Amino acid sequence: MTAVLPISAEPAALPQEDARPGRWRRMPAKAKAGAILLGVFVLAAIIGPFVAPYDPSFQNSSPALSLHAPYSAHLLGTTQSGQDVLSQLLVGIRLTLELAFFVGLVATALSVIVGVTAAFLGGVWDEVLSLLTNVFLVIPALPLLIVLLGYLQTKGQSATILVLSLLSWPWGARVVRAQTLAIRNRDFISAAKETGEKTWRIIGYEIVPNEVSLIAASFVNTVLYAIGASVALAFIGVTNLNSWSLGTILYWAQSQQALQLGAWWWFVPPGLAVALIGTGLVLLNTGIDELGNPRLRDAASASRIAGRWLRPADPTPVLSDISQRRGRVAGFLHSFSRSSLIDETKAGDAR
Amino acid sequence: MPFIVRRLVFYLVAAWVALTINFLIPRAMPGNAVQSVMAKFPNLQPSAYKALEALLGVGHPGSLWSQYVSYLDEIVHFNFGTDVSQYPASVSSLLVQTLPWTIILVGTATVIAFLIGTVLGIVAGWRHGGTLDRVLPGLMFLQAIPYFFFALILLELFAIRFHVFPTGQGYDNGLIPGWHWDFISSAFYHSLLPALTIVLTSIAGWMLTMRNVMITTIGEDYVIAAQAKGLPSRRVIYTYAARNALLPQLQGFGLAVGFVVSGALVMEIVFGYPGIGLLLLNAVTSNDYPLMQAIFLVITFTVLLANLVVDMIIVVADPRARTMEAAS
Repeated sequence: MTAVLPISAEPAALPQEDARPGRWRRMPAKAKAGAILLGVFVLAAIIGPFVAPYDPSFQNSSPALSLHAPYSAHLLGTTQSGQDVLSQLLVGIRLTLELAFFVGLVATALSVIVGVTAAFLGGVWDEVLSLLTNVFLVIPALPLLIVLLGYLQTKGQSATILVLSLLSWPWGARVVRAQTLAIRNRDFISAAKETGEKTWRIIGYEIVPNEVSLIAASFVNTVLYAIGASVALAFIGVTNLNSWSLGTILYWAQSQQALQLGAWWWFVPPGLAVALIGTGLVLLNTGIDELGNPRLRDAASASRIAGRWLRPADPTPVLSDISQRRGRVAGFLHSFSRSSLIDETKAGDAR
Repeated sequence: MPFIVRRLVFYLVAAWVALTINFLIPRAMPGNAVQSVMAKFPNLQPSAYKALEALLGVGHPGSLWSQYVSYLDEIVHFNFGTDVSQYPASVSSLLVQTLPWTIILVGTATVIAFLIGTVLGIVAGWRHGGTLDRVLPGLMFLQAIPYFFFALILLELFAIRFHVFPTGQGYDNGLIPGWHWDFISSAFYHSLLPALTIVLTSIAGWMLTMRNVMITTIGEDYVIAAQAKGLPSRRVIYTYAARNALLPQLQGFGLAVGFVVSGALVMEIVFGYPGIGLLLLNAVTSNDYPLMQAIFLVITFTVLLANLVVDMIIVVADPRARTMEAAS
């Protein structure tokens, strides 16, 4: 997150204060709200299992404690078998966030590798990888995930992470590829090539650092997607139901008729937690977007940045030099993608 | 090659990839799926065992290639095998029963959400910084709610608390499905709450992207020129700005259809709606692998088809798509 901040505005125009509070103040209000919201849940994930008042799986056999509405001893009530909902929630947030974080990490790494490779190598490599990306974008992921997890005999956390990561890289790869295409012909890359830098060094030290904000946004998006998908998968019952995550709480609530029994305290807190984490991530991402594209800011938040009015400026044209020479096979493959429409007409305009 | 033909070829490639993945999954996964199915359903006939082996590729009859060829042959003839949990019903008959429910509900609700979201996005983009911009964070919250959780909340509020809508299922229990008024009105009434779920949760996404594209388009020179000429705002908004901003929105629509369908599948489970999502849940809970795989294929093909329809709309809306033949 901190890495994306320098693009917010020209540093010279900003008050030269102590670095950290200045940076914080420069962030759009939406990003701040998102970061705070998310921080609360990350904190809950870290300390949750230690402060949980009960063992989440402990079943209190006393009939009085079955489906008890929230009261002082059980702040969020109890489930049908007398388990404490608050404890389940505190333990579940950790598992869900942990999974989403690792999926975000692995999938973003995959998307950077595929995106940069495609754009930097170009030609047939680009076309094959782009075709693959587009195919996996258009195939709906959730049914495929269900089939894959349905066949898995051991449904541990790491297996779920692996399967989810394998299916959530295409979106990021597409964005990274477009950005790499835009900067691969810039002067500093040519200069690096002229001085005989190795390809991997150019990619690692020249290209990737210039895409940090994009990669951060893609990471946040993937985490958001992973949370939604993992909760939905758990709700259907294809992940490990013996561990507590936000999805499994909802699964048990649904399968034990919480709704019909009127036990709102059983399914509302976990669902609300998912929604709030999601809102935090969306807000954060919109904030990152607005840093990069000042036009998107609404008038109110634009004026609030660093206490001064930032005039909406022209966004940098990112895709202007996207067209490139294509080989015969490459051109043929490329012509099937929807983006070919935009690319080729842009190129035609330029000529 | 015309744009639409290229896209068609792309979808054929995507369909082939989906088919191949579907073929490889049971063969690549550890464990013996047939044994676990047979253990769960002891009343299956030996012939069903053979069919299962062929479908899941466990007994390895013949080489991988010959298995692949016969697999494709079966699929082309819409033969997805015999269902194991509802033996002896065929998988395709189960799909035929449930697919129309999902397509009508999800299709209609998605189109409605797209239209409303796009119009709201146009207004929000034009009145940049206005009232609609201020409700955006609220809409983002709606968007972040998982479909099925939103469905739970709506059920709790409108069906359990205030008995305005039925608590689930596709139609009243006593009715026999058919083309008569009682059934249709009941089905419509039962579909309102599920449809509302899809519309409310997906509207924010359409609105946000349309708003963002609109804002960028409004800054273009030709829009400013149109305003400077003194054209009425309405004409500038809809004929100059929105028409061009709509193209990225349409392209996004094609890709988002998959997400919406996935979300809607899980939502159906909450409502007990007799669509393909509920069928998928039954398949998962009973380890019904043939059914699971067939559902994956059917959903994928439906999404590809929806994408193709969007491409046809793009051809109508975007003159560049029609003149591509000259360009390439």
